[in-house]
Amino acid sequence: MSTTKAAPPRADHRDAEAPPDRARGEQQGWQFSSPLVLTMLLILVVASQGAIRRAVSAPVMQSWMTVFVAVVVQALPFLVLGVLLSAMLAVFVPPSFFVRALPSRPALAVPVAAMAGAILPGCECASVPVAGALVRRGVAPAAALAFLLSAPAINPIVLTATAIAFPGKPEMVVARFVASLLAACAMGWLWQRLGRTDWLRPPAHPSDEGLGKGAAFWNSVRHDVMHAGGFLVVGAMAAATLKAVVPANWLSLAADNPVVAVLALAVLAVLLSICSEADAFVAASLTQFSLTARLAFLVVGPMIDLKLFAMQTGTFGRGFALRFAPATFVMAVASAVLVGTVLL
Amino acid sequence: MNRQAQAVVLFLVGGAMVHAGSTDLYLRYVKAGLQPMVVGAGAVLMVASLATVWYERKLSRTGPDDEADAHDKGVHIHREPRVSWLLVLPLFALILVAPPALGSYSALRTGTALQAPLAYAPLPSGDPVRLSLVDYAGRAAYGHGRSLGNRRIAITGFVALDGKGTPYLVRMALNCCAADAQPVKVGLTGRIPPVLQPDTWLELTGTYSERRAKDPVNHGVIPFFDITGAKPVATPRDPYDESWNN
Repeated sequence: MSTTKAAPPRADHRDAEAPPDRARGEQQGWQFSSPLVLTMLLILVVASQGAIRRAVSAPVMQSWMTVFVAVVVQALPFLVLGVLLSAMLAVFVPPSFFVRALPSRPALAVPVAAMAGAILPGCECASVPVAGALVRRGVAPAAALAFLLSAPAINPIVLTATAIAFPGKPEMVVARFVASLLAACAMGWLWQRLGRTDWLRPPAHPSDEGLGKGAAFWNSVRHDVMHAGGFLVVGAMAAATLKAVVPANWLSLAADNPVVAVLALAVLAVLLSICSEADAFVAASLTQFSLTARLAFLVVGPMIDLKLFAMQTGTFGRGFALRFAPATFVMAVASAVLVGTVLL
Repeated sequence: MNRQAQAVVLFLVGGAMVHAGSTDLYLRYVKAGLQPMVVGAGAVLMVASLATVWYERKLSRTGPDDEADAHDKGVHIHREPRVSWLLVLPLFALILVAPPALGSYSALRTGTALQAPLAYAPLPSGDPVRLSLVDYAGRAAYGHGRSLGNRRIAITGFVALDGKGTPYLVRMALNCCAADAQPVKVGLTGRIPPVLQPDTWLELTGTYSERRAKDPVNHGVIPFFDITGAKPVATPRDPYDESWNN
């Protein structure tokens, strides 16, 4: 098994870099440059702010915007934290560190990396850029992906929140920890078996060659925030639409059948895209559902949701996200059902 | 988007975050405990924007010959994907519109999230006793009002009227951000004010009522409150109830 492939050297240059001649032409001739477009957009929006405010004054739109802004304001600090951490990994930690820190056999590196997820305090927005930096630093993708999936679910902050949300049910915390770790390791091993490096096509990352450490650090921060931030906005729009438009009493119809209940809450976790630090409280309020169904909600949510899917597309490429997301969903549900049957 | 434009967007987004975090604006969207994170993240974004401009100027001052050289390294003309433009949306939403905290529209679409309290602390002194709406609802619904007795109570929340015109006093409870906010509803009985406008904030005084109802959305318990007086109040500094965070 030779799966310790280095990070894919070939990058997707289609969006990321304009061909040289076109780029030069843009600098000389009269063309729309992005600062010009941005200035015009800002002036236009400020000039028509009265009309915009009137257009969004309906209760549905107000509630949509509040949830949209809330998801962005809540997730951006964690994204910035993850981006700073990832820039530090990229600039200040030499690749040889990871070679020494992780077992050389990928089959062993996967569980070690998954357990290491416990030390990244925060929610899922922080783990995407960090996992991206790990892959670029030459960590085996299988191990980096196990870390990506486990970190948002098994860190102490999230487990404490779970314990508070389910008072008198410590088995819920244990079940969440075990099921999340199991699913993360299973996905790591699955990637090691079936994953192909050419699925991982991270968009071109700015090269750090010839730059000082400070320049490289801030270059990485700017790049990651612009990338992941844009995709975060896509995810926030999707989550706000669901919260403002879909009626909540559809759910109570699903609660009666145990199989449908598990699937319904797993899908709900994907659609709602709630921060993993808060999802336990929402799960606790879904009292009409079985504990196993609520466990599925808690295991699926931090691993895959609309916001994460959008951010993974930005960090690892669309081909990767389209394959990885459904597999993660199935694995997380299976793991939750298995652990739920044994422990709950 | 080229680097100058990116620097502008980063600076504005960072500035909007610092603005929201240093005023009470952020309380409409996230829990109070996130304030240092919001301000800190905003400051980091502003520094990243200034650093971008600084290094860009340094790069362009190294001479025109280096332009092609820099480009070969993929340093200079590196463009971010179009999706980055979407970052202006939360900026406009936060600066120009600043949508209000979730109100009656969301409250009626979501089932009441009242949970059984772990213990009933003794009532504070005062007449009327000022209780949070969530505290009252927990004592009334799960403690059968035994911890309330005949005391006069004052609770604050906003008005919500369901499809049939049944009035509720509601407080949204929040754990992390408004996306997970859930209503706690109290039904109204007694001297209900004749004109109730949804989303207006009221301080109601009154006593415990034994009446209960089931929330049509999730069949949760809705306790009632027997009103003797009502007065409009300003929206509280933190519109959400965050007692579950502690």
